[in-house]
Amino acid sequence: MATLDSKVPSGPLADKWRKHKADIKLVNPANKRKYEVIVVGAGLAGSSAAATLAELGYKVKSFVFHDSPRRAHSIAAQGGINAAKNYQNDGDSVYRLFYDTIKGGDYRSREANVHRLAEVSVNIIDQCVAQGVPFAREYGGLLANRSFGGAQVSRTFYARGQTGQQLLLGAYSALSRMVGAGAIELHTHSEMLDLVVVNGQAKGIIVRNLITGEISRHAADAVVLATGGYGNVFNLSTYARGSNVTAIWRAYKRGACMANPCYTQIHPTCIPVTGDYQSKLTLMSESLRNDGRIWVPKRKEDRLKPPASIPEEDRDYYLERIYPSFGNLCPRDVASRAAKRVCDEGRGVGESGLGVYLDFADAINRLSESGVRERYGNLFDIYHEITAENAYQVPMRIYPAVHYTMGGLWVDYNLMSNLPGLFVLGEANFSDHGANRLGASALMQGLADGYFVIPYTIGDYLASQRPGSRPSADSAEFRGAEENVRSLTDRLLATKGKEPVSHFHKRLGKIMWEHCGMARTRAGLEEALKLIPALREEFWANVNVPGSAETMNQSLEQAGRVADFLEFGELLCLDALKREESCGGHFREEYQYPDGECKRDDANFGHVAAWEYQGADRAPLRNTEPLNYEFVKMSVRNYK
Amino acid sequence: MVADNSSKSLSVTLRVWRQAGPAAPGRFVDYPARNLNSNMSFLEMLDVVNDELTKQGEEPIAFAHDCREGICGTCSCTINGKPHGPGHGIATCQTYLRSFKDGDVIVVEPFRARAFPLVKDLVVDRSAFDQIIQAGGFISVRTGAAPDANSIPVPKPDADLAMDAAACIGCGACVAACKNASAMLFVAAKVSQLGLLPQGQPERDQRVLAMVGKMDELGFGNCTNQYECSAACPKSISHDFIARMNRDYLKASLRSALKPTSNASGGGAG
Repeated sequence: MATLDSKVPSGPLADKWRKHKADIKLVNPANKRKYEVIVVGAGLAGSSAAATLAELGYKVKSFVFHDSPRRAHSIAAQGGINAAKNYQNDGDSVYRLFYDTIKGGDYRSREANVHRLAEVSVNIIDQCVAQGVPFAREYGGLLANRSFGGAQVSRTFYARGQTGQQLLLGAYSALSRMVGAGAIELHTHSEMLDLVVVNGQAKGIIVRNLITGEISRHAADAVVLATGGYGNVFNLSTYARGSNVTAIWRAYKRGACMANPCYTQIHPTCIPVTGDYQSKLTLMSESLRNDGRIWVPKRKEDRLKPPASIPEEDRDYYLERIYPSFGNLCPRDVASRAAKRVCDEGRGVGESGLGVYLDFADAINRLSESGVRERYGNLFDIYHEITAENAYQVPMRIYPAVHYTMGGLWVDYNLMSNLPGLFVLGEANFSDHGANRLGASALMQGLADGYFVIPYTIGDYLASQRPGSRPSADSAEFRGAEENVRSLTDRLLATKGKEPVSHFHKRLGKIMWEHCGMARTRAGLEEALKLIPALREEFWANVNVPGSAETMNQSLEQAGRVADFLEFGELLCLDALKREESCGGHFREEYQYPDGECKRDDANFGHVAAWEYQGADRAPLRNTEPLNYEFVKMSVRNYK
Repeated sequence: MVADNSSKSLSVTLRVWRQAGPAAPGRFVDYPARNLNSNMSFLEMLDVVNDELTKQGEEPIAFAHDCREGICGTCSCTINGKPHGPGHGIATCQTYLRSFKDGDVIVVEPFRARAFPLVKDLVVDRSAFDQIIQAGGFISVRTGAAPDANSIPVPKPDADLAMDAAACIGCGACVAACKNASAMLFVAAKVSQLGLLPQGQPERDQRVLAMVGKMDELGFGNCTNQYECSAACPKSISHDFIARMNRDYLKASLRSALKPTSNASGGGAG
């Protein structure tokens, strides 16, 4: 059984991080260059970590499967990044950001981690501005803010609708600077396919070069995974097509615990599905909920009528009606379920009936069309490209879609997994967002982890490792892991079945969405737990992966990732089945209040579930880490 | 104005560049793509064609893609002679079949430029762009060394113009569209973004000299003011930034000629 010591420092909440930084061990500057650190992934968390660790003097090797670090999917985040700057003088503070995040996460995150996140949020904005990130500004030249869901203050910094892009390019520029200086060895087109554990500690990775097919072994003193979330287990999502669970799943199979995989976020404002050929769902930023009003017709009969012909009195602005104090800006899980409910009642709009209106008519009256264009122009353009509709004239149609995953590898306060030497950052870890993430907090967490947490905490681990003690990449553990990767590749290529990889991915996605999506039941989850192993068996009997392993082979890349999703999806459903409560993004129909709100069970489930791999033929072990709320009272979330 | 987005069926012929690797010979191969939905994206059509090829035991067409929402800059086809296809201000992944007619022959090629060597089929190596950024496309600020974000106000027009330049997704369409395979728009966008902001001033001269020098070294051509780059740019980045960069480059060259040539950074007092 894994030991799950959160290592949360003692003392008052606001002093924990400061105290911890003073207490942890340091590596002296001359010794730093003797340590090698592998960073996998180059999104916000990976790029910022690699750059900062290299600045400190560590030798860093950075691995990305993309052709450039700038392609990582952080780039697609639209709306903004939260920080407790209180530049608006509207009553924000570190405590309030901490509290909103804890409450938004439905009391399923660690208090100490979240408070640290809120503390360093202010440093992130400073850092990004200094790098040249062109945040939106007011006429006086100072930084502008907007509001996001789950908050009653304006604390979100933004760069038009491309905030993720600008923050990533900032982190990428910092990374590039250190690559140019020779302090980071950058490996692009390089996919991590196994983690190497030596004497119980993570000491390296096995990598496949996606252009040449070459498999290589890389040893290091510590391994940092910043490989993003696993939402593509649902096939259709707002993730990039390449986003995958492989790096963290293979680390799990080497002993790292997987925490709360059932916490998945369904984002309320995405463009609805149109056909079964579809490869991807596109998000319309939550920032649109600042000015757009969400509604459906009051009567089913009106659902196919042109929206303009439906008079005000026949419209149901259901979020404003049910949640008057937060209105259209209630948290994502709440807004998504509300959309599902009105569509289930038969009032959904569009041909499929799976859509609700996001209407800007009032905003255009108030701000003029050009005012709305200035705030959201690029989002309206995206909407137009995909749907061929002009949202300045007809309301957008939106529906919830899988967008983010709060679960991930278990980490302690130092962001180290239960496997010593393995650090996990950003969306790939489980920390900070509990059972639901608030808007504009993913960018904050990725950069907090990479710029301001790991540079301190990794030193505490490395100081315990004698310089030069890292194992050779020729040791038995490395060769064994390489063999593992080669045999998996051979098996995929040798199956020579009839169906392409996408066939299995689509079917897995349908099972996941139907049985483990916005609303889950015991019966549905039990069904999924039968369907997924059967599908997995079919995959291994009937998948067709053409080509060879010695060249660029995109089918092979995809096949490896889908093979992992077919295992991981089962764990996700199992976690959802065993968590017999509703909280945040995990909604079990059996556990709800009469008004449809989540019914948590703090006494029995006020804990983190961290799954431990027991081998291919044995059920995984469910370990728990209790969540001790010392400073905030766990209560029923109320956005009314 | 509500465009017609009702779904229609169409069939087209794809004439696709196939090349197994940089050293292998390449050729166009025709693939029929039948009964497509007009609301399908161009890349979704390639997915469908690839699944068919796989079922027939052929190797699918390699193409670069990831976010499929026009922001990551990975996708990179030239469609009917135009990088990113017929639309204006969009990437290949944002191209929908409603832009084509039933019966069309659609020619699909990789981005072609000396500095972007071919990897396979429609995939090219654009790491030259990374090398240009590594040469100087940044502001040197260590993590933790930044002053308060509001301590230096930035006039809104400057911030807005910097954002216009910063919108570049690094896809390389500007290079593919240019008869000289010039990377001037890409370099100018980064030089302008950082040069417009007060934070970018200390390294302004050094940055433009280093980035332009690296661009030349990597085999990109020069600008002859045809502006095909801006026309092909999925983010519609203005060629005005090239003029801005040229001014910066000239000033920096003159100033660097006047400066002492010694690079000595001082030996330290202790």
